[in-house]
Amino acid sequence: MKEIERPTRNNLEGIGGWLNPSRYGWERISYWFQRLTGVFLLVYFIGHVYETSTIVNGQNAWESFLELTQTLWGHLFLIMVIGASTFHSANGIRLIFTHAGIGLGTPGRPDYPYNPASLNYRQKSGIWIALILAAAAMFYGFNVLFGV
Amino acid sequence: MNNTTIDNKNERRITLKVYRENRGQDSGSHHDTFEVPYKKWTTVLDALLYVKSYMDPSVAIRYSCRMASCGSCGMKINGVPKLACYTKISELETSTVECEPLPNFPIIRDLVTDFSRFFNHHKSMQPYIQTNDSTEADNSKGTFSFYQSPEDVDKYLQFSYCIKCGLCYSACPTVGTDLNFPGPQALAQQYRYFADTRDESKKRLDIVDDRHGIWRCHFAGSCSKVCPKGVDPALGIQLLRSYMLGISKNDKIPAKKIEINDDNNNNGKI
Repeated sequence: MKEIERPTRNNLEGIGGWLNPSRYGWERISYWFQRLTGVFLLVYFIGHVYETSTIVNGQNAWESFLELTQTLWGHLFLIMVIGASTFHSANGIRLIFTHAGIGLGTPGRPDYPYNPASLNYRQKSGIWIALILAAAAMFYGFNVLFGV
Repeated sequence: MNNTTIDNKNERRITLKVYRENRGQDSGSHHDTFEVPYKKWTTVLDALLYVKSYMDPSVAIRYSCRMASCGSCGMKINGVPKLACYTKISELETSTVECEPLPNFPIIRDLVTDFSRFFNHHKSMQPYIQTNDSTEADNSKGTFSFYQSPEDVDKYLQFSYCIKCGLCYSACPTVGTDLNFPGPQALAQQYRYFADTRDESKKRLDIVDDRHGIWRCHFAGSCSKVCPKGVDPALGIQLLRSYMLGISKNDKIPAKKIEINDDNNNNGKI
């Protein structure tokens, strides 16, 4: 009889499991956004450090590089940076509280239909506030950069 | 696939799409489709058992109690981990029900997965009461019980309702990318024993204080969302972490030991 193969990574969801966050509610969407904005901001910071380092090549090099941000795509990229940093910061503050067990409620005796105490509206509202703040910051950035 | 003649023409039918794979034969994977009759109270497990009885007996599933107590029939139903016996077809409100094996568990065959890794993580949490009092385990010195107030019990009771069905482990995005992460079930069980006033272990926090341990939980909340018993593993994990961060103080008062006399003459007095 052939021995059953049990590879350790068999059937792992991997990063692909992050790509459909709507199955599990707002907390999972927030988890996905926090990662997405984190990676995006890392890319931005690397680019930002490279951009500011061009000053060592003289004022002309600095100004020519800075012109990249004055294009349509440069402005759109900066608006994305504004939104990502606002959401990441606001949601990060919410996560600091939840990771410390603050705002999650207390254990009790579960009754059907078993609504989990930790997924309450008190901490969930932090996600919505972070999204609203990010949208408002992007709107403000749009007005400043495009002068609407 | 086969179609079974249904006498009652008013009976509704559902398309059941079942994942098929046999890891032992390396035959690849595919989905088989079955047209199954159902009523208002028919569960996904009922439908799968109908398939096994009348259409294709080779479909592999694991089940036992049929009442959400044993935690055997966990599977991904329409993309979300659920217990098949606890999921009514009529409540899914779709014309097709897709049944797949639980993600993050190695597939053995069809909908049956290997729980070895999951149980190993559970065991690594030392999921039992640990006390320094040797008389507790020595029956020759009498039988003892431990006094706990209702408030003491409430601190851990909901976490002790875990049936180890693996749905939380399957839904967790961290488990999906880190096999060394114990997962929500194991971490919540660590809190269950940590909060129990009968437990005197000093090593519980050290067990989960690891780079692949409790710090890898980022509160996606999916574990609590899918839990069929209201255990709320995410709550247990965050409460345990609050002790590790020093936000909560461990002011646990050890449970008082009471000797139980054979003649039961203590009349319940402590």
